[in-house]
Amino acid sequence: MILDKKHAMQQKLFRQFAETEFTKELQEELDTTGAFNWDIHNKMAKYGFMGVKIPVEYGGAGGDYLSYVVMNEELARQDLVLSIYANTSNSLGGGPLLLAGSEEQKKEYLPPVARGEKILVFGLTEPGAGSDAGGTTTTAIPDGDDFIINGRKCFISGAPMADWIIIFAKTDLSQKGSRGISMFIVDMHLPGVSLGADEKKMGIKGYPTSDVVFEDVRVGKECLIGPLNKGFQYAMRTLDGGRLGVAAMSVGVAQCALDEAVKYAKERKQFGRRIADFQGISFMIAEMAADVEAARQMTYHAAELKDANDPEAGVACSKAKFFAAEAANRCAYKAVQIHGGYGYIQEYKVERLYRDARILSIFEGTTQIQQLVIANSLLK
Amino acid sequence: MKIMVTVKQVPDTSGKVAVNEDGTLNRASMQTIINPDDLNAVEEALSLKDEYGCKVVAFTMGPMQAEPMLRELLAMGVDETVLISGREFGGSDTYATSQIIAAAIDTYGIDDDDIIIAGRQAIDGDTAQVGPQIAEKLHLPQVTYAGEVKKDGNTLTIKRMLEDGYMTVKVNTPCMITCIKELNDPRYMNFRGTIECWDKPLTIMDYNALKDHELIDATTIGLKGSPTNIYKSFAPPVKEPGMILEGSGKETTDKLAHILTGKHII
Repeated sequence: MILDKKHAMQQKLFRQFAETEFTKELQEELDTTGAFNWDIHNKMAKYGFMGVKIPVEYGGAGGDYLSYVVMNEELARQDLVLSIYANTSNSLGGGPLLLAGSEEQKKEYLPPVARGEKILVFGLTEPGAGSDAGGTTTTAIPDGDDFIINGRKCFISGAPMADWIIIFAKTDLSQKGSRGISMFIVDMHLPGVSLGADEKKMGIKGYPTSDVVFEDVRVGKECLIGPLNKGFQYAMRTLDGGRLGVAAMSVGVAQCALDEAVKYAKERKQFGRRIADFQGISFMIAEMAADVEAARQMTYHAAELKDANDPEAGVACSKAKFFAAEAANRCAYKAVQIHGGYGYIQEYKVERLYRDARILSIFEGTTQIQQLVIANSLLK
Repeated sequence: MKIMVTVKQVPDTSGKVAVNEDGTLNRASMQTIINPDDLNAVEEALSLKDEYGCKVVAFTMGPMQAEPMLRELLAMGVDETVLISGREFGGSDTYATSQIIAAAIDTYGIDDDDIIIAGRQAIDGDTAQVGPQIAEKLHLPQVTYAGEVKKDGNTLTIKRMLEDGYMTVKVNTPCMITCIKELNDPRYMNFRGTIECWDKPLTIMDYNALKDHELIDATTIGLKGSPTNIYKSFAPPVKEPGMILEGSGKETTDKLAHILTGKHII
C-alpha cells in the first residue's frame, strides 16, 4: 500500500518527532526508573498526538485509523513504551466513550483527554478474568440513583497517573458470564478508590501499571456509559480497535529490530569479514524484512477496513495483531541473535527490544485469543 | 499586522550532491527539504503569531513541486502560502529572484506594521543575498543575522550576531529581518495541521500576475536576465578531522612546535 499525501505527511511528522525527541537518554531513563515522564507526554500532547483519533467536535484532530496506525508504528519504531503514551487516549481510553457515551459524557471527558491534560485508562482485566473477560467479578450495585462499586482490576496500564478509569462491572448478578455487565467511568480520586503497588514488569517500563481497588465507591448514574447490563459488547468492540493499535506498535518494533540488525551486521567483523557477508546472518535479515513488510501490509489493510466500516474489519484486526505481534517477537529474537553476546548486554538497544516485544503477543488479547477469533470467524 | 516569510525548497545536501555536466545542480535526482535557516524564519513568525495573533504568509519561488513544502508550512501553523511560479522565472539568480519575490510581496501588500523574515542563506547557493536584496528593492530597512527579536509596538529590537560579538539594533516596521539558526528551535508540524493544511489557501502568482509590477522587467528575470553565470558546482571536500595533542604542557608544546616547524609555519 502506498500512503496518500496526507498520511505520508503524518508519517514524516511522527518519524521526525520520534527520531528527535525519543533520545537514547530518555529511553534509558524510562527503562531504568520505570517512572512516567510528564515532559515528553506534554510535548506529544502539544503536537496533538493524544487526540489523533478523537473527533474535532470533542477536541481531537479527527484523524482516521490509518493515521493512528502510522503514528503507533513510527513512535514504536523508536521506543515502544513511548508509543503507548500516545496510544491510550486514542484507543482503549477514548474508545468506549466514542462507542457508547452520551453527548454530555463525550463533551465532558474527551476534550481534556485529547489535549493530554487528563489521563483516561481502561480497566477490564481482573485477577480471575483475563482472556475470559466474562468472568468479571467486580460489582456495581444500584443504590437509589447511584451505584456502589466493589472489586479489583489488575494490570491496569497507566493507573498510577490516571484521572479517570473506564471499568466493567456486574450490574445484574442473576445473569451469567458476559451478560449483566455494565460500563462506568470512575473518577480515580473518589473515596474508596486505591492503587496497588506498581508492577515490576519485564519491559515497557516507564508507563506504570498497577491494580485498582474499589471499596464501596459511590458513583452517580451519569457515570454509566451506554445501556445498563450491555457493557460487555462495548469492551469487545473497543478491543478491536486496540488490537489494531498493538499490531501497528508491533510493526514498529519489528522494523526497529530489523534496523538495528542491519546496522550491526554491516559493522561487526568476524573471520576477517563483516558478518552481513555470511548467509546465516543475511538469511535471518531477509526473513525479518519479509516479516516486517507482511505485518505492515496486514495492519494497514485492517486500518483501511476499519475506516470503511467493513464488517470484516474486526477479524482483520485480529489477524494483523496475531501476525504482527509474533513477527515482532521473531524479529527481536533474530536481532539479539545477530548481535551475539552484545545483544544480551543492556548497552545495546536490542536487549530492551527483546523484553519490550514480549508484551505484544500478550496484551489486548493474547495471540491465542486472536487465533480463536480468526478460527471462529471461519468455522462458525 | 502580518508577517511574511520567504522560504526556499533546496536539495538535501546532507546526502550525495549530484551535478549536471554544465555545472548546475541536478535537482531532480536529489531529495528536497525546506532550507534549514528558513525554518527558523517560519518559527519566529509563528512565535510572534502565538503572541500577537497576527497572520503569517509564506512566499516561495519555484516549480509546482514546491507545493508539498508549502503544505508542510501550513501544517506547522502558517495561515497562507504564495507560490511564485512561472517558466519566465526559471534559472533566476539572486538578483533576479529578489526582484521577483519583492514584486510578489509588494503585490500582496505591505502594511505599516508588517514584518518580513527570511533565513540567513540557503544551503544550495550559500549566498545570503536574496533577503537583503528584497529589502533594498522594496526600500525597507533590513537587519541581518538576527539572533534575538523583541517586539514593542511597531519597534523591533534585534540582536545581530556577528563573528566577534553582537550588535543591538532598533528598527521600525515595516522591515526585513534575516535570521540565523540560533534564533530558535523550529517546531514540528501539528497533527491537526496535517489534516487542515489541505484546505488552507495556496495562491499561485505566475508571470501574468506580476508582469505589470514596476520591478518586473522581462530582460532582468529568468536565466537570460540573470547577471550571474555558474562556472562550476561541486560538493566541498570533507574536511580532515583536526589533530588533538594530549599530554603535559611541555610535552605537547614541544610536539606542537615540532609540527609547526615541519610545516615551515614557524
